[in-house]
Amino acid sequence: MQIVGILITGIGVLFLLLGSYGIVRLPDVYNRLQAGTKCTTFGALFTIIGVGIMEPSWFWKTLIIALFILLTNPISNHALGRASRKSGIPLCDRSVVDKASEFEQYKGKV
Amino acid sequence: MSEIFFLTIIGIGIVLCFFRMLKGPTAADRAVALDTVTTVTVAFLVILGYVFKRYVYLDVSLVYAALMFVGSVVIARFLEKGI
Amino acid sequence: MADPESTSDNKLRSILYMFLFLYLIWLCLSASLHYQELLAGIFFCLLLTIFLHRQYYSLGLPPLTIKRFVFFIIYLVVLFNEIVRANIDVAYRVIHPKMPIKPGIIVISTKLKQDIAKMILANSITLTPGTFTLDIIEDKFLVHWINVQTEDIEEATRIIGEKFEKYLRVIFE
Repeated sequence: MQIVGILITGIGVLFLLLGSYGIVRLPDVYNRLQAGTKCTTFGALFTIIGVGIMEPSWFWKTLIIALFILLTNPISNHALGRASRKSGIPLCDRSVVDKASEFEQYKGKV
Repeated sequence: MSEIFFLTIIGIGIVLCFFRMLKGPTAADRAVALDTVTTVTVAFLVILGYVFKRYVYLDVSLVYAALMFVGSVVIARFLEKGI
Repeated sequence: MADPESTSDNKLRSILYMFLFLYLIWLCLSASLHYQELLAGIFFCLLLTIFLHRQYYSLGLPPLTIKRFVFFIIYLVVLFNEIVRANIDVAYRVIHPKMPIKPGIIVISTKLKQDIAKMILANSITLTPGTFTLDIIEDKFLVHWINVQTEDIEEATRIIGEKFEKYLRVIFE
């Protein structure tokens, strides 16, 4: 049980590190949000549940914390992404397509 | 033993995020880095609680996650159109 | 669905579901079966349910059936599989020395009607490989894609949204 917990926690910690590295390395806000949302949500999920497996009497509470992070992290990151688009931050040079102007014209229709 | 190793790796991650916070060209970059730091810190607190064998740390991390979720949304609202 | 003709039967059912949900969270949080904990949990959950069941009702969750429950479990398994793939994908793009990214912003459409279903779909898209929901207007999603494969709305909808939407359509129809 101990070994399984340490293994799962190790995977989670590795992804947390990769998420932070992605925050530093990727070129613009939207790409950073991608790394910041996916890797850290998954990493935190695995780290916290791994600790719950290592200490079985804590399991239920760690499950609640992990579910809470799984539910709220996409929402807050979505709010940040929407805010950075509304405040007019441009895409990086390597972007290939930007359909935001096409998207705006759906606003009045329905 | 392995817990100390995990804590070190997570600490390196937090330092990387702070580097982006210092450098970030726009305010949104800094907000994203802050949001990542909070999620990483929740995991950090849980492992710290395991090292010290204190159940209370789980409550601390849960409340911290709840508060910083609200904080991130408020920062996003502020970036979008001011308070 | 928050229609004005809310029968007392629906109201009772929403109260029951919300109470059970809150009590489950209480059991996980307290993590003990001592009778005082259980009684305090019943008291506080009832208090919260009486004050807040209107909000739960306005979420518009459909009544629970066996079929919906089974499809929800399948949906969770699919979602977990996609999350794992997403992480390996993004991690590969971050570590690779040349950074093989091809970012862009595209539009996809959905056939779901209820707000809660659209929210679940948007969050699932955010957690899955290389896509990130930026904005929603009615039935169109604005999605940031880290590796753009197509610019067409129909094609992008088929690649990004369809694998979740077919389950959500069964759950919320």
